Amino acid sequence: MEIPLRKAKVSREGEFVVVDAKGVHYRELNEVINELVEKGERKLRLINVNGQRYIADGLRCDCYIEIHGVAGDDLAAFANGPTVVVFGDVQDGAGNTMNAGRIIVHGHGTDIIGHSMRGGKIFVRGHVGYRVGIHMKEYREQVPVLVIGGTAGDFLGEYMAGGRIVVLGLERLETYPEIAGEWLATGIHGGAIYLRDEVDEDRLGYGAKVEKLTHDDRRFLEAEVGEFCSIFSLNPEEVLNAEFTKVVPKSHRPFADMYSDAKEG
Amino acid sequence: MVRNFPPEFVVRVDREACINCLRCVRECPFGVHEYDREKKLWKRHHEKCVACLRCAYMCPVQAISIERSPMEYAPHPVWTNRVRKDIKTQAETGAVILTAMGNELPYVSYFDRLVLDACQVTNPSIDPLREPMELRTYIGRKPEKVELEEDNGVRLKTKIAPNLKLETPIMFAHMSYGSISIEAHLSMARAAKEVGTYMGTGEGGMHVELYPYADHIITQVASGRFAVHEEYLKRGAAIEIKIGQGAKPGIGGHLPGKKVTEEISRTRMIPEGSDAISPAPHHDIYSIEDLARLIYALKEATRYKKPVFVKIAAVHNVAPIAVGIIRAGADAVVIDGFRAGTGAAPQVHRDHHGIPIEAAIASVDRRLREEGIRHWGSIIASGGIRSSADVAKAIALGADAVYIGTAALIALGCTVCKKCYTGKCAWGIATQDPELRKRLDPEEGARRAANLLRAWSHELKEILGALGLNSIESLRSNRDRLRGVGLTEPELRVLGVKPAGE
Repeated sequence: MEIPLRKAKVSREGEFVVVDAKGVHYRELNEVINELVEKGERKLRLINVNGQRYIADGLRCDCYIEIHGVAGDDLAAFANGPTVVVFGDVQDGAGNTMNAGRIIVHGHGTDIIGHSMRGGKIFVRGHVGYRVGIHMKEYREQVPVLVIGGTAGDFLGEYMAGGRIVVLGLERLETYPEIAGEWLATGIHGGAIYLRDEVDEDRLGYGAKVEKLTHDDRRFLEAEVGEFCSIFSLNPEEVLNAEFTKVVPKSHRPFADMYSDAKEG
Repeated sequence: MVRNFPPEFVVRVDREACINCLRCVRECPFGVHEYDREKKLWKRHHEKCVACLRCAYMCPVQAISIERSPMEYAPHPVWTNRVRKDIKTQAETGAVILTAMGNELPYVSYFDRLVLDACQVTNPSIDPLREPMELRTYIGRKPEKVELEEDNGVRLKTKIAPNLKLETPIMFAHMSYGSISIEAHLSMARAAKEVGTYMGTGEGGMHVELYPYADHIITQVASGRFAVHEEYLKRGAAIEIKIGQGAKPGIGGHLPGKKVTEEISRTRMIPEGSDAISPAPHHDIYSIEDLARLIYALKEATRYKKPVFVKIAAVHNVAPIAVGIIRAGADAVVIDGFRAGTGAAPQVHRDHHGIPIEAAIASVDRRLREEGIRHWGSIIASGGIRSSADVAKAIALGADAVYIGTAALIALGCTVCKKCYTGKCAWGIATQDPELRKRLDPEEGARRAANLLRAWSHELKEILGALGLNSIESLRSNRDRLRGVGLTEPELRVLGVKPAGE
């Protein structure tokens, strides 16, 4: 098969097509990725990635993409199916409005990871920044899952409308040892957040409350945290053997009483 | 406490003409007419009447008339009836007052204080019946220059960015499926395709019944990201990022869970019965740089085949914001003025935020020209466009095209009763009730919406002819063909027009 040669060097290594992203503009890099996927390639390895944006953006396929380096903003935004494994960190908006697929990050993530995602899974081994999981949603059988190995910054799960976020807090920041930042789950009206720590209810934002874990919650955590541990070579028993706090919405209609027409009946 | 709240309207029924058919009872979704079959007694709940006039027009014997209530509070120029009613409502409920349609306060309308020029003697006017008139407009980025290649004929060498081709510079504004019915959406989609223009989906997604018209539909990405999906983005003709809207600048939106029916849930891809909350900002956009990131995320997702628009409300600093939007890579900036309609908005925002569209168009157009980037993107104006004259004036002030919302709904039968947010629209437009929806036939709706576009287009041609122009683009930013009547000097300066007589 003919592999298109642009500035991005493309070669083959076993079952992988290897794309060298060194010094390549994102637009060209993504064009190469799209062409390869369109030609039926299903295993891509991108090397020397250094902040290129939009990798796997809007991609509809069941392909597997390995990224070596730092993935730039909006990794797999609007994606519909691909598995993206990052051996490095990801920048803002990884999984933004993703519909289906998986993102596995061996390093850290910055802000708005999983913003508005509707389906698929994101596993981040390290810490994540601000506004992560904002407005995550779910739709029928699509229930997105976001698992964070480290800690999360402020506004985690704000306006959350569905899906599940798990924060394990396996490592803590010296400067801010809390498992999640301020304004946790403000305006949440769907979904749930599980934090592997005790969390005072007074730290929650408007519309959120703490609820006891049920048997189903435990089973969910065993499955997802188990998968997380197997990916990142952790002992699942050790990780799961801890207190979890579950944060849920007080109501699916947080603004029901805000307007005069509702009160007039 | 006595609820001293005079009704706005009174229902008058000619008892001699009335045949007790009870049609009015069935027609009124607000429960104004009540008939006690046992006692054979009528009761009219005047306080519930919204003056939509449905019962009056459906009464087979024309026995009903709706009048302004003669009972009002004692007149007072400051403490108007509305002010007193609002205070009483809020004292009762402790809640935000919700309303619909456009700004109701009597601000000055610049459209009504601008007049168009006409040819007399020295440069002859053109008869559009005899000579071709060009209304076709392209929306999107234009190249700096055009390079041609010659081999076996002439070929365009310059790569042109994707543009939308409009046969008339009027499009149907973004109104979501959810705020209005699928029949209303279908009416506009068919009309848009027939006339060669476009309609917007709003944030409610694209119903499967609209797929056959998708090449004439602009999809929307708003802060709730409802329905946003790679297939949805790829299906439409263009994508519009909604930052703000003229009827409620700076705030988000809440579609109440009770309106998220099974079908709405499917189109928006959200659970049934849950509030659909669009946050005030996009949480991935806190700067022009962040906006650029989303613009290019959408362009990448659609392989640079779709123009991407950005819609903002017309606010104080609209010009530098619009310049930032165009520099960020948008193919068009949509500016929504403070008279824009809505299906639901807090009254305080609808009536008190934003600036007139006329001033916004003029300042954005001027600023883009000053910076030498007017051709980078188009200007689409919306918010209170009521007639072909408004369209012509908007274009003369600097717009490329306009969006019409309220006017399109009026064409479909809306009477502007301002109760869209109740979901009880008696004319089958702003409702999801299966019985009420039957009142709007999409075939008839499409015919009427297309007729409106045709009539306005015809008038636009006549206006151009009177101005001695033969193409709409010769009118664009041609402010010399406008004069102001009764405007102050600073207003004339902002609009860039001379006073009448000068």
